[in-house]
Amino acid sequence: MVGMSKDKFDYFIKGDKDNYEVIIGLEVHAQVLSKSKLFSGSSTKFGGEPNKQVSLIDSAFPGMLPVINEECVKQAVRTGLGLNAKINNYSVFDRKNYFYADLPQGYQISQYKNPIVGEGKVLLDMPYGSKQIGIERLHLEQDAGKSIHDLDPSNTYVDLNRSGIALMEIVSKPDLRSPDEVNAYIKKLRSIMRYLGTCDGNMQEGSLRADVNVSVRKIGDKKFGTRCEIKNVNSIKFMQMAIEYEAARQVELLESGKQIDQETRLFDTKKNETRSMRSKEDAHDYRYFPDPDLLPLKLEPSLVDDLKKSLPELPDKKKERFIKDYGLNIYEANVLVSEKEISNYYEEVAKISDKKLTATWMMGDLFAMLNEKNLNISESPISAKDFAELIQSIKSGEISGRIAKEVFEIMVESGDNPKKIIESKGMKQQSDPKELEKLINEILKKDKGKVDQYKAGKEKLFGFFVGQVMKASGGKANPQLTNEILKKFLKK
Amino acid sequence: MNDITNQSLDEIIKKIKSKEISSVELTKLFIKNIENAKKLNTFVTTAFEQALDNAKKFDDNPNFDQLLPGIPLAVKDLFCTSNIRTTAGSNILNNFVPTYESTVTKNLWDNGAFLLGKLNCDEFAMGSSNETSHFGNVINPVGDKLVPGGSSGGSSSALAADLTPATIGTDTGGSIRQPASFTGTVGLKPTYGLCSRWGIVAFASSLDQAGPMTKTVTDCSLMLEAMSGFDEKDSTSIKKEKEKYSKNLKDNIKGLKIGIPKEYRVNNMPKEIDKLWENGKKILKDLGAKIIDISLPHTKYALPTYYIVAPAEASSNLARYDGVRYGHRSKKGKDLIEMYENTRSEGFGDEVKRRILIGTYVLSSGYYDAYYLKAQKVRQLIKKDFDDNFTKVDAILTPSTPSSAFKIGEKTDNPVSMYLNDIFTVPANLAGLPAIAFPAGLDNKGYPLGLQLIGKVLDEQKILNIAYAFEKNCKFNNEIKKWWV
Repeated sequence: MVGMSKDKFDYFIKGDKDNYEVIIGLEVHAQVLSKSKLFSGSSTKFGGEPNKQVSLIDSAFPGMLPVINEECVKQAVRTGLGLNAKINNYSVFDRKNYFYADLPQGYQISQYKNPIVGEGKVLLDMPYGSKQIGIERLHLEQDAGKSIHDLDPSNTYVDLNRSGIALMEIVSKPDLRSPDEVNAYIKKLRSIMRYLGTCDGNMQEGSLRADVNVSVRKIGDKKFGTRCEIKNVNSIKFMQMAIEYEAARQVELLESGKQIDQETRLFDTKKNETRSMRSKEDAHDYRYFPDPDLLPLKLEPSLVDDLKKSLPELPDKKKERFIKDYGLNIYEANVLVSEKEISNYYEEVAKISDKKLTATWMMGDLFAMLNEKNLNISESPISAKDFAELIQSIKSGEISGRIAKEVFEIMVESGDNPKKIIESKGMKQQSDPKELEKLINEILKKDKGKVDQYKAGKEKLFGFFVGQVMKASGGKANPQLTNEILKKFLKK
Repeated sequence: MNDITNQSLDEIIKKIKSKEISSVELTKLFIKNIENAKKLNTFVTTAFEQALDNAKKFDDNPNFDQLLPGIPLAVKDLFCTSNIRTTAGSNILNNFVPTYESTVTKNLWDNGAFLLGKLNCDEFAMGSSNETSHFGNVINPVGDKLVPGGSSGGSSSALAADLTPATIGTDTGGSIRQPASFTGTVGLKPTYGLCSRWGIVAFASSLDQAGPMTKTVTDCSLMLEAMSGFDEKDSTSIKKEKEKYSKNLKDNIKGLKIGIPKEYRVNNMPKEIDKLWENGKKILKDLGAKIIDISLPHTKYALPTYYIVAPAEASSNLARYDGVRYGHRSKKGKDLIEMYENTRSEGFGDEVKRRILIGTYVLSSGYYDAYYLKAQKVRQLIKKDFDDNFTKVDAILTPSTPSSAFKIGEKTDNPVSMYLNDIFTVPANLAGLPAIAFPAGLDNKGYPLGLQLIGKVLDEQKILNIAYAFEKNCKFNNEIKKWWV
């Protein structure tokens, strides 16, 4: 296997005979952010006591009927718009029939032939340039409940709290070519949906999970190889591991002259391998047919227009604006728009302080601190307003970068305002030329010997003098001014 | 106190209003009748105590402005009733007690009626003779060897035997109209979406409709008015103003155009059915209606279409009966799959199993296009036949069944001959149209026969009016001797 170089795509699997390209398509299941379920009024809150958020509809009692939750429909349309996709004003709910203990109806209500959202696209910024990933479709469906097998040796328990929660299944085209692209794609989808407020993207809670389709083909081949589907992978890291394992497995099969069977596989996270779950022959016949309890979903064009108008600025647009208005580079802009909250924080600071310096400090010290404390930006101990003051103090020369780091530490610990910290601790930079000249004069007088050496050509000693000035000023001497004055004095 | 249980609902309401009889007295009369009619096997569950409580509540604080003031009613056991066992005629729901009330029954109770008990029916409403019920077959009061029709056979039998002043059934392919005809009573299947399906055990969702079963057309209009109405809990419910069918009932049908579809003159149709139909035409003509010959060319495909669509939907609707959450669960089986298999094997009867298998088959990959999809297309053609003709006629008159009530056991070994019983009734279900069956004569054995009027979408008032005019002018006498007492 060959790694990724900075500016050229070169992910492929090296076999004994040939090199292989990896083809990946994802079916992402994103839980819709909504108060209630897709077809019932039950709460969708995560982590509730088992079976306490279950209506008669969710548990499929006799005579119960589904009624579509309009908010879930709007969320799907918003997401479709965010994916630059075609919104289908006519879509149909179908029944996908299969038996399982956590599927009370004996069928899942989903959309099969007529999804609510059609083709769209997502842009990825890869180190080797921008890459477009096609979206095949997005459809609405019900989530199943949860079977719990490890509470009792001989019984399975069922929790239906999740049963009936709305999912958006977002199907990509087979356009992804590496685990890194999968990483970028999932992050981008997540970012778009979080901007839109249509999915919280919380992978630990299962709000975002994916089925991963993997196939390989010899470099240069036009035809796709036989694919395997790896079911229900719930972290980016596991997706990447599963793809690497699966691609290598397929290449090994091909190289030894064997065939790849189209099948559904499971990723064992403990053993880091994929295992066959069922073959194509054993595949379920889901007997899809239009759900007669629900009329086809017809969207008023005005509804779609209104949703379009009320769409927030999305990461791609915002990135362009950040580059144009704030003079950021692509990398900085990408990082700062990755989360809506980060971009908001940045803009709040940058509109009153130096834009570039804000970016540098956010991506440096601020992110490092948040990372270390495992906080997200909305939980930051430093408010945007205080952070802006800190940046202003650096920019105006009131404090040096080095002092600023100290102020930053104190801000994190005390939550105090930077001005107050600078003043109370006397950390203000010494920028009065007369004061500095006086100080430097004294230092030079004390070390006459070194001054002579310098003047005799030992110019390396300049740093020594700067150090002495900083030491004497408690680090507060304005470095630029210090340099200028030292140079002036040492010339004499 | 006179026994007024053989009178029409309308007459009984008048006597309640005039305080000739109290609700408690009335309820006691029906309870007595029910206790004397165990041979008919019409009731699966009785709710006498609760009924007497409700009757007393009514008498203590009567509201005579209601449509059904203080009226005890027994209903088909397909309607979920709060705290009263609801079985759908199946072993798999043998022990099922809902915590909720179906919208249709709630509407009845909100109009002053209360529950007397739950009436036997074919298992999951699958049957035309009430012989598929887990609780045994129901006997037609018309004759002790006769089926009462199905699937609302308990309802038709109880009504004809004066065990309830009126009742409600459900009609997926004729399950109200055929039993009504077999017992000499009136049954109406409303426009699809007029009555809420919420809380009714589902058979085939795109065809199921609840409707009234009564002794007279007036009663039918009254019951329909009480039970119908928009329900936001049913996505297929039609949003419209409530109609006053009983107040607007008129017997003037002068100038109305009645279509006679030639395709309903089927092969081997008994002469007496033909005679009945001719006589019906004559009565309507004499009342000033115009009789117009029409053609519904896709009629012959209706039955096969129905027997694809209905089982397909049923196979999916009945998947929820898996023993996991409610109803029967087999004690046998070492894993989930075996538990399913045993539960469903023990829980469902043969006819239900047959339809689940047919439905599963027609939806299977490789067969879907040839069966289910084609049936859906034909269904559209059948609907179009009606649409085309309803620009020319106001209603369509047909026989409601190809024969009178048949003998118990006569058709149980031959499902197809049983299915053929629905031949005149299924087209209205496939097209979602209202249709009323009403008594129109007796055959040579003295068994009742019925005619059917099919109307335009939401044109219930018109077919009620025509049936009302017919009823007034048809010398039909359905005197039933109470041989079972």
